Amino acid sequence: MAVRKNQANLTATEKRNFVNALLELKKSGRYDGFVRTHNQFIMSDTDNGDRVGHRSPSFLPWHRQFLIQFEKELQTVDASVTLPYWDWTADRTTTASIWGADFLGGNGRPRDAQVTTGPFAYSGGKWPITVNVDSRQYLQREMGAGVAQLPTRAEVDSVLAMATYDMAPWNSSSNGFRNHLEGWRGVNLHNRVHVWMGGQMSSGVSPNDPVFWLHHCFIDKLWAEWQRAHPTSTYLPAAGTANVVDLGDTMRPWNNVTPADMLDHTRFYTYDR
Amino acid sequence: MSSNVNRRLVLRGTAVAVAGAALAVPGVLAGTGTLAQAASTTDHSGHGGPATHGGPVPFDELYQGRRIVGKAAEGGHGAHHGGGFAVSIDGKELHLMQNADGTYISVINHYETYADPRAVARAAVDKLRGATLVPIAT
Repeated sequence: MAVRKNQANLTATEKRNFVNALLELKKSGRYDGFVRTHNQFIMSDTDNGDRVGHRSPSFLPWHRQFLIQFEKELQTVDASVTLPYWDWTADRTTTASIWGADFLGGNGRPRDAQVTTGPFAYSGGKWPITVNVDSRQYLQREMGAGVAQLPTRAEVDSVLAMATYDMAPWNSSSNGFRNHLEGWRGVNLHNRVHVWMGGQMSSGVSPNDPVFWLHHCFIDKLWAEWQRAHPTSTYLPAAGTANVVDLGDTMRPWNNVTPADMLDHTRFYTYDR
Repeated sequence: MSSNVNRRLVLRGTAVAVAGAALAVPGVLAGTGTLAQAASTTDHSGHGGPATHGGPVPFDELYQGRRIVGKAAEGGHGAHHGGGFAVSIDGKELHLMQNADGTYISVINHYETYADPRAVARAAVDKLRGATLVPIAT
Protein backbone atom coordinates (compact mmCIF):
# COMPACT_ATOMS: atom_id res chain seq x y z
CA MET A 1 0.00 0.00 0.00
CA ALA A 2 1.36 3.39 -1.03
CA VAL A 3 2.08 5.76 1.85
CA ARG A 4 1.76 9.50 1.41
CA LYS A 5 4.29 11.35 3.55
CA ASN A 6 4.78 14.81 5.01
CA GLN A 7 7.07 16.61 2.56
CA ALA A 8 9.16 17.88 5.47
CA ASN A 9 10.25 14.30 6.18
CA LEU A 10 11.20 13.25 2.65
CA THR A 11 14.76 12.09 2.04
CA ALA A 12 16.88 13.79 -0.59
CA THR A 13 16.30 10.78 -2.85
CA GLU A 14 12.52 10.92 -2.37
CA LYS A 15 12.50 14.62 -3.21
CA ARG A 16 14.58 14.04 -6.32
CA ASN A 17 12.37 11.18 -7.51
CA PHE A 18 9.21 13.24 -7.04
CA VAL A 19 10.65 16.23 -8.90
CA ASN A 20 11.97 14.06 -11.73
CA ALA A 21 8.56 12.41 -12.17
CA LEU A 22 6.92 15.86 -12.37
CA LEU A 23 9.41 17.01 -14.99
CA GLU A 24 8.85 13.86 -17.02
CA LEU A 25 5.06 14.32 -17.03
CA LYS A 26 5.55 17.94 -18.03
CA LYS A 27 7.80 16.97 -20.91
CA SER A 28 5.30 14.44 -22.23
CA GLY A 29 2.39 16.89 -22.12
CA ARG A 30 0.43 14.76 -19.67
CA TYR A 31 0.95 17.29 -16.86
CA ASP A 32 -0.74 20.10 -18.79
CA GLY A 33 -3.80 17.93 -19.34
CA PHE A 34 -4.42 18.09 -15.60
CA VAL A 35 -4.07 21.89 -15.60
CA ARG A 36 -6.58 22.12 -18.43
CA THR A 37 -9.09 19.82 -16.71
CA HIS A 38 -8.87 21.74 -13.45
CA ASN A 39 -9.47 25.08 -15.12
CA GLN A 40 -12.42 23.74 -17.11
CA PHE A 41 -14.11 22.82 -13.84
CA ILE A 42 -13.10 26.08 -12.16
CA MET A 43 -14.79 28.02 -14.94
CA SER A 44 -17.93 25.90 -15.17
CA ASP A 45 -18.69 25.16 -11.49
CA THR A 46 -21.29 27.74 -10.46
CA ASP A 47 -23.25 28.38 -7.28
CA ASN A 48 -26.61 28.20 -9.03
CA GLY A 49 -25.81 25.68 -11.78
CA ASP A 50 -24.04 22.34 -12.09
CA ARG A 51 -21.05 22.16 -9.77
CA VAL A 52 -18.68 19.25 -9.30
CA GLY A 53 -15.06 20.20 -8.54
CA HIS A 54 -15.54 23.31 -6.43
CA ARG A 55 -18.05 25.20 -4.27
CA SER A 56 -20.07 22.02 -3.79
CA PRO A 57 -20.14 18.88 -1.62
CA SER A 58 -18.08 16.92 -4.16
CA PHE A 59 -15.13 19.33 -3.78
CA LEU A 60 -13.43 16.73 -1.57
CA PRO A 61 -14.17 13.46 -3.44
CA TRP A 62 -13.55 15.18 -6.81
CA HIS A 63 -10.09 16.35 -5.76
CA ARG A 64 -9.36 12.96 -4.14
CA GLN A 65 -10.00 11.28 -7.48
CA PHE A 66 -8.10 14.03 -9.35
CA LEU A 67 -5.06 13.46 -7.11
CA ILE A 68 -5.27 9.66 -7.46
CA GLN A 69 -5.28 10.01 -11.25
CA PHE A 70 -2.29 12.33 -11.10
CA GLU A 71 -0.42 10.07 -8.66
CA LYS A 72 -0.96 7.12 -11.01
CA GLU A 73 0.63 9.14 -13.81
CA LEU A 74 3.62 9.93 -11.60
CA GLN A 75 3.92 6.23 -10.82
CA THR A 76 4.10 5.33 -14.51
CA VAL A 77 7.36 7.30 -14.47
CA ASP A 78 8.61 6.06 -11.08
CA ALA A 79 6.64 3.40 -9.19
CA SER A 80 8.19 4.48 -5.88
CA VAL A 81 6.67 7.98 -5.96
CA THR A 82 3.63 9.01 -3.92
CA LEU A 83 2.17 12.48 -3.45
CA PRO A 84 3.68 14.25 -0.44
CA TYR A 85 1.57 16.63 1.62
CA TRP A 86 2.41 20.16 2.77
CA ASP A 87 1.27 20.88 6.32
CA TRP A 88 1.09 24.65 5.96
CA THR A 89 0.17 25.01 9.64
CA ALA A 90 3.73 23.88 10.47
CA ASP A 91 5.87 24.92 7.48
CA ARG A 92 4.57 28.46 7.13
CA THR A 93 7.43 30.73 6.10
CA THR A 94 9.00 31.64 2.76
CA THR A 95 12.25 30.09 3.97
CA ALA A 96 10.87 26.62 4.84
CA SER A 97 12.69 23.68 3.28
CA ILE A 98 9.80 22.97 0.90
CA TRP A 99 10.94 26.06 -1.07
CA GLY A 100 14.53 24.85 -1.39
CA ALA A 101 16.28 24.62 -4.75
CA ASP A 102 16.32 20.83 -4.29
CA PHE A 103 12.53 20.64 -4.13
CA LEU A 104 9.85 23.15 -5.19
CA GLY A 105 12.06 26.23 -5.54
CA GLY A 106 11.52 29.58 -3.88
CA ASN A 107 9.33 32.64 -3.92
CA GLY A 108 8.98 34.83 -7.00
CA ARG A 109 11.33 37.80 -7.39
CA PRO A 110 9.83 41.21 -6.60
CA ARG A 111 10.03 42.66 -10.11
CA ASP A 112 7.70 40.24 -11.89
CA ALA A 113 6.92 37.46 -9.37
CA GLN A 114 8.95 35.04 -11.49
CA VAL A 115 10.26 31.94 -9.70
CA THR A 116 14.00 31.88 -10.41
CA THR A 117 15.26 29.04 -8.20
CA GLY A 118 14.74 25.29 -8.23
CA PRO A 119 13.60 22.81 -10.89
CA PHE A 120 10.60 24.87 -12.02
CA ALA A 121 12.41 28.15 -12.71
CA TYR A 122 11.73 29.35 -16.24
CA SER A 123 15.44 29.70 -16.96
CA GLY A 124 15.88 25.96 -16.46
CA GLY A 125 13.78 25.37 -19.56
CA LYS A 126 11.81 22.46 -18.11
CA TRP A 127 8.71 24.22 -16.81
CA PRO A 128 7.16 26.50 -19.44
CA ILE A 129 3.61 27.53 -18.54
CA THR A 130 1.53 26.63 -21.57
CA VAL A 131 -2.02 26.38 -20.19
CA ASN A 132 -2.45 29.90 -18.90
CA VAL A 133 -4.84 32.82 -18.51
CA ASP A 134 -2.32 35.45 -19.59
CA SER A 135 0.73 35.87 -21.78
CA ARG A 136 3.40 35.08 -19.19
CA GLN A 137 5.17 31.75 -19.71
CA TYR A 138 6.98 31.58 -16.37
CA LEU A 139 5.87 30.22 -13.01
CA GLN A 140 4.94 33.00 -10.58
CA ARG A 141 4.66 33.19 -6.80
CA GLU A 142 4.02 36.10 -4.42
CA MET A 143 4.00 34.39 -1.07
CA GLY A 144 2.25 36.35 1.66
CA ALA A 145 1.29 39.26 -0.62
CA GLY A 146 -2.40 38.48 -1.11
CA VAL A 147 -2.88 37.46 2.50
CA ALA A 148 -0.24 37.69 5.22
CA GLN A 149 -0.67 34.48 7.20
CA LEU A 150 -1.31 30.85 6.40
CA PRO A 151 -4.00 29.13 8.50
CA THR A 152 -2.98 27.95 11.94
CA ARG A 153 -3.50 24.54 13.51
CA ALA A 154 -6.07 26.08 15.87
CA GLU A 155 -8.05 27.32 12.86
CA VAL A 156 -7.83 23.88 11.26
CA ASP A 157 -9.05 22.27 14.47
CA SER A 158 -12.01 24.66 14.65
CA VAL A 159 -13.13 23.46 11.22
CA LEU A 160 -12.46 19.79 11.96
CA ALA A 161 -14.80 20.17 14.95
CA MET A 162 -17.81 20.81 12.69
CA ALA A 163 -19.93 17.66 12.76
CA THR A 164 -22.06 18.17 9.63
CA TYR A 165 -20.35 17.51 6.30
CA ASP A 166 -22.30 20.01 4.22
CA MET A 167 -25.66 21.79 4.11
CA ALA A 168 -28.13 23.33 1.68
CA PRO A 169 -27.80 25.27 -0.54
CA TRP A 170 -24.71 23.09 -1.17
CA ASN A 171 -22.58 25.90 -2.62
CA SER A 172 -20.16 28.66 -1.58
CA SER A 173 -22.68 30.05 0.91
CA SER A 174 -23.23 26.78 2.81
CA ASN A 175 -22.53 26.22 6.47
CA GLY A 176 -20.74 23.03 7.54
CA PHE A 177 -17.35 21.31 7.34
CA ARG A 178 -16.86 21.19 3.56
CA ASN A 179 -17.41 24.89 2.89
CA HIS A 180 -15.34 26.00 5.86
CA LEU A 181 -12.52 23.72 4.72
CA GLU A 182 -12.85 24.94 1.13
CA GLY A 183 -12.79 28.45 2.54
CA TRP A 184 -15.70 30.42 1.16
CA ARG A 185 -16.93 30.88 4.73
CA GLY A 186 -15.37 31.31 8.14
CA VAL A 187 -11.65 31.11 8.94
CA ASN A 188 -10.91 30.13 5.31
CA LEU A 189 -8.46 27.24 4.97
CA HIS A 190 -8.08 25.93 1.37
CA ASN A 191 -8.78 29.16 -0.52
CA ARG A 192 -6.49 31.16 1.73
CA VAL A 193 -3.49 28.96 0.92
CA HIS A 194 -4.06 29.50 -2.82
CA VAL A 195 -4.15 33.27 -2.19
CA TRP A 196 -1.09 33.20 0.10
CA MET A 197 0.95 31.53 -2.65
CA GLY A 198 -0.06 34.06 -5.31
CA GLY A 199 0.97 33.67 -8.94
CA GLN A 200 -0.71 30.86 -10.84
CA MET A 201 -1.81 29.28 -7.54
CA SER A 202 -4.36 32.06 -7.02
CA SER A 203 -5.85 31.61 -10.49
CA GLY A 204 -7.96 28.99 -12.27
CA VAL A 205 -4.82 27.35 -13.65
CA SER A 206 -3.43 26.72 -10.17
CA PRO A 207 -2.05 23.21 -10.91
CA ASN A 208 0.67 24.90 -12.98
CA ASP A 209 2.47 25.27 -9.65
CA PRO A 210 3.48 21.80 -8.39
CA VAL A 211 2.69 22.94 -4.85
CA PHE A 212 -0.97 22.55 -5.87
CA TRP A 213 -0.62 18.77 -5.40
CA LEU A 214 1.02 19.05 -1.98
CA HIS A 215 -1.58 21.56 -0.83
CA HIS A 216 -4.50 19.41 -1.96
CA CYS A 217 -2.88 16.30 -0.53
CA PHE A 218 -3.03 18.02 2.88
CA ILE A 219 -6.66 19.04 2.29
CA ASP A 220 -7.36 15.39 1.46
CA LYS A 221 -5.65 14.32 4.68
CA LEU A 222 -7.75 16.80 6.67
CA TRP A 223 -10.89 15.18 5.23
CA ALA A 224 -9.61 11.81 6.48
CA GLU A 225 -8.90 13.36 9.90
CA TRP A 226 -12.44 14.77 10.00
CA GLN A 227 -13.88 11.33 9.16
CA ARG A 228 -11.90 9.78 12.01
CA ALA A 229 -13.11 12.46 14.42
CA HIS A 230 -16.76 12.09 13.38
CA PRO A 231 -17.36 8.38 12.70
CA THR A 232 -21.14 8.79 12.53
CA SER A 233 -21.07 11.75 10.12
CA THR A 234 -21.11 11.06 6.40
CA TYR A 235 -21.08 12.67 2.99
CA LEU A 236 -24.14 14.77 2.18
CA PRO A 237 -26.44 15.16 0.28
CA ALA A 238 -27.70 11.60 0.05
CA ALA A 239 -29.96 11.77 -2.99
CA GLY A 240 -32.21 13.82 -5.24
CA THR A 241 -30.40 17.18 -5.14
CA ALA A 242 -30.46 19.39 -8.24
CA ASN A 243 -27.12 20.53 -9.78
CA VAL A 244 -25.11 18.74 -7.10
CA VAL A 245 -23.36 15.34 -6.89
CA ASP A 246 -25.25 13.18 -4.40
CA LEU A 247 -23.55 10.33 -2.54
CA GLY A 248 -24.26 7.79 -5.27
CA ASP A 249 -24.05 10.03 -8.36
CA THR A 250 -21.11 9.74 -10.74
CA MET A 251 -18.69 12.65 -11.06
CA ARG A 252 -17.58 14.28 -14.30
CA PRO A 253 -15.18 14.00 -16.09
CA TRP A 254 -14.67 10.34 -15.15
CA ASN A 255 -18.36 9.38 -15.03
CA ASN A 256 -17.52 6.08 -13.37
CA VAL A 257 -16.77 7.08 -9.77
CA THR A 258 -19.11 8.39 -7.07
CA PRO A 259 -18.46 10.16 -3.76
CA ALA A 260 -19.39 6.86 -2.08
CA ASP A 261 -16.49 5.20 -3.92
CA MET A 262 -14.06 7.80 -2.58
CA LEU A 263 -14.97 7.87 1.11
CA ASP A 264 -12.38 5.31 2.24
CA HIS A 265 -8.98 6.55 1.13
CA THR A 266 -7.25 3.45 2.54
CA ARG A 267 -8.52 1.53 -0.51
CA PHE A 268 -5.98 3.56 -2.49
CA TYR A 269 -3.24 4.81 -0.11
CA THR A 270 -2.57 5.66 3.51
CA TYR A 271 -1.05 8.63 5.30
CA ASP A 272 2.12 8.42 7.37
CA ARG A 273 0.27 9.56 10.49
CA MET B 1 19.19 31.66 13.11
CA SER B 2 15.70 32.90 13.78
CA SER B 3 16.69 36.57 13.81
CA ASN B 4 18.46 35.98 10.53
CA VAL B 5 15.31 34.50 9.05
CA ASN B 6 13.22 37.37 10.34
CA ARG B 7 15.57 39.93 8.87
CA ARG B 8 15.40 38.25 5.47
CA LEU B 9 11.62 38.22 5.62
CA VAL B 10 11.54 41.92 6.43
CA LEU B 11 13.92 42.71 3.58
CA ARG B 12 11.85 40.66 1.18
CA GLY B 13 8.67 42.44 2.25
CA THR B 14 10.33 45.82 1.73
CA ALA B 15 11.42 44.88 -1.75
CA VAL B 16 7.90 43.87 -2.68
CA ALA B 17 6.47 47.11 -1.29
CA VAL B 18 8.98 49.22 -3.22
CA ALA B 19 8.26 47.36 -6.43
CA GLY B 20 4.54 47.84 -5.92
CA ALA B 21 4.97 51.58 -5.38
CA ALA B 22 7.13 51.90 -8.48
CA LEU B 23 4.45 50.18 -10.53
CA ALA B 24 1.69 52.35 -9.20
CA VAL B 25 3.22 55.76 -9.91
CA PRO B 26 3.55 55.94 -13.71
CA GLY B 27 0.60 53.68 -14.47
CA VAL B 28 -2.23 55.50 -12.78
CA LEU B 29 -4.32 57.60 -15.12
CA ALA B 30 -7.94 57.58 -14.15
CA GLY B 31 -7.73 54.77 -11.64
CA THR B 32 -6.97 55.72 -8.11
CA GLY B 33 -6.77 52.58 -6.10
CA THR B 34 -4.36 50.27 -4.50
CA LEU B 35 -5.51 46.70 -4.40
CA ALA B 36 -6.82 47.23 -0.89
CA GLN B 37 -8.83 50.25 -1.96
CA ALA B 38 -10.16 48.49 -5.01
CA ALA B 39 -11.22 45.53 -2.96
CA SER B 40 -13.26 47.74 -0.68
CA THR B 41 -14.95 49.63 -3.50
CA THR B 42 -18.65 49.29 -3.03
CA ASP B 43 -21.38 48.83 -5.55
CA HIS B 44 -22.63 52.32 -6.33
CA SER B 45 -26.14 51.05 -6.81
CA GLY B 46 -26.14 50.27 -3.12
CA HIS B 47 -27.07 46.64 -3.64
CA GLY B 48 -24.78 43.74 -2.90
CA GLY B 49 -27.19 40.94 -3.70
CA PRO B 50 -27.01 38.74 -6.77
CA ALA B 51 -28.36 40.39 -9.93
CA THR B 52 -30.53 42.80 -7.97
CA HIS B 53 -32.15 45.85 -9.51
CA GLY B 54 -30.32 45.63 -12.80
CA GLY B 55 -27.00 44.46 -11.37
CA PRO B 56 -23.72 46.34 -10.98
CA VAL B 57 -23.04 49.81 -12.36
CA PRO B 58 -21.30 49.72 -15.77
CA PHE B 59 -17.81 51.24 -15.95
CA ASP B 60 -15.24 52.19 -18.57
CA GLU B 61 -12.01 53.57 -17.15
CA LEU B 62 -8.24 53.54 -17.29
CA TYR B 63 -6.68 51.80 -14.31
CA GLN B 64 -2.88 51.49 -14.07
CA GLY B 65 -2.79 52.29 -17.77
CA ARG B 66 -5.17 49.48 -18.71
CA ARG B 67 -8.66 50.03 -20.08
CA ILE B 68 -11.16 48.13 -17.97
CA VAL B 69 -14.76 47.90 -19.10
CA GLY B 70 -17.71 46.34 -17.32
CA LYS B 71 -21.18 46.18 -18.83
CA ALA B 72 -24.24 44.03 -19.13
CA ALA B 73 -23.39 40.77 -20.89
CA GLU B 74 -24.74 40.43 -24.43
CA GLY B 75 -25.45 36.73 -24.08
CA GLY B 76 -22.93 33.92 -24.08
CA HIS B 77 -20.68 32.95 -21.24
CA GLY B 78 -20.84 36.00 -19.00
CA ALA B 79 -24.59 36.13 -19.25
CA HIS B 80 -25.02 33.25 -16.84
CA HIS B 81 -21.67 32.94 -14.99
CA GLY B 82 -21.05 36.64 -14.42
CA GLY B 83 -24.51 37.37 -13.10
CA GLY B 84 -25.43 39.02 -16.40
CA PHE B 85 -22.28 41.16 -16.40
CA ALA B 86 -19.11 41.01 -18.51
CA VAL B 87 -15.69 42.53 -17.88
CA SER B 88 -12.79 43.13 -20.26
CA ILE B 89 -9.21 44.37 -19.91
CA ASP B 90 -7.87 46.12 -23.03
CA GLY B 91 -10.65 44.47 -24.99
CA LYS B 92 -9.91 40.92 -23.83
CA GLU B 93 -12.59 39.15 -21.81
CA LEU B 94 -11.86 38.54 -18.14
CA HIS B 95 -13.79 35.43 -17.11
CA LEU B 96 -16.07 36.59 -14.31
CA MET B 97 -18.24 34.68 -11.89
CA GLN B 98 -20.76 35.84 -9.33
CA ASN B 99 -20.97 34.06 -6.00
CA ALA B 100 -24.14 33.16 -4.15
CA ASP B 101 -23.57 36.02 -1.67
CA GLY B 102 -23.38 38.58 -4.49
CA THR B 103 -19.59 38.96 -4.49
CA TYR B 104 -17.44 38.30 -7.56
CA ILE B 105 -14.32 36.35 -8.53
CA SER B 106 -12.41 36.11 -11.80
CA VAL B 107 -10.23 33.47 -13.39
CA ILE B 108 -7.20 35.57 -12.37
CA ASN B 109 -8.19 35.88 -8.69
CA HIS B 110 -10.17 32.73 -8.29
CA TYR B 111 -9.91 32.03 -4.57
CA GLU B 112 -10.84 35.41 -3.07
CA THR B 113 -14.00 37.42 -3.44
CA TYR B 114 -14.51 41.07 -4.40
CA ALA B 115 -17.44 43.40 -3.82
CA ASP B 116 -18.18 44.18 -7.46
CA PRO B 117 -16.91 43.64 -11.03
CA ARG B 118 -14.83 46.83 -10.99
CA ALA B 119 -12.89 45.64 -7.96
CA VAL B 120 -12.32 42.25 -9.65
CA ALA B 121 -11.09 43.99 -12.82
CA ARG B 122 -8.69 46.23 -10.89
CA ALA B 123 -7.35 43.27 -8.90
CA ALA B 124 -6.74 41.40 -12.16
CA VAL B 125 -4.83 44.38 -13.60
CA ASP B 126 -2.66 44.43 -10.48
CA LYS B 127 -1.90 40.73 -10.88
CA LEU B 128 -1.22 40.96 -14.60
CA ARG B 129 1.62 43.50 -14.22
CA GLY B 130 1.21 44.49 -17.84
CA ALA B 131 0.65 40.98 -19.24
CA THR B 132 -2.15 40.34 -21.73
CA LEU B 133 -5.17 38.15 -21.07
CA VAL B 134 -5.32 35.16 -23.41
CA PRO B 135 -8.29 32.92 -24.16
CA ILE B 136 -8.13 29.81 -22.01
CA ALA B 137 -7.06 26.75 -23.93
CA THR B 138 -9.84 24.21 -23.51
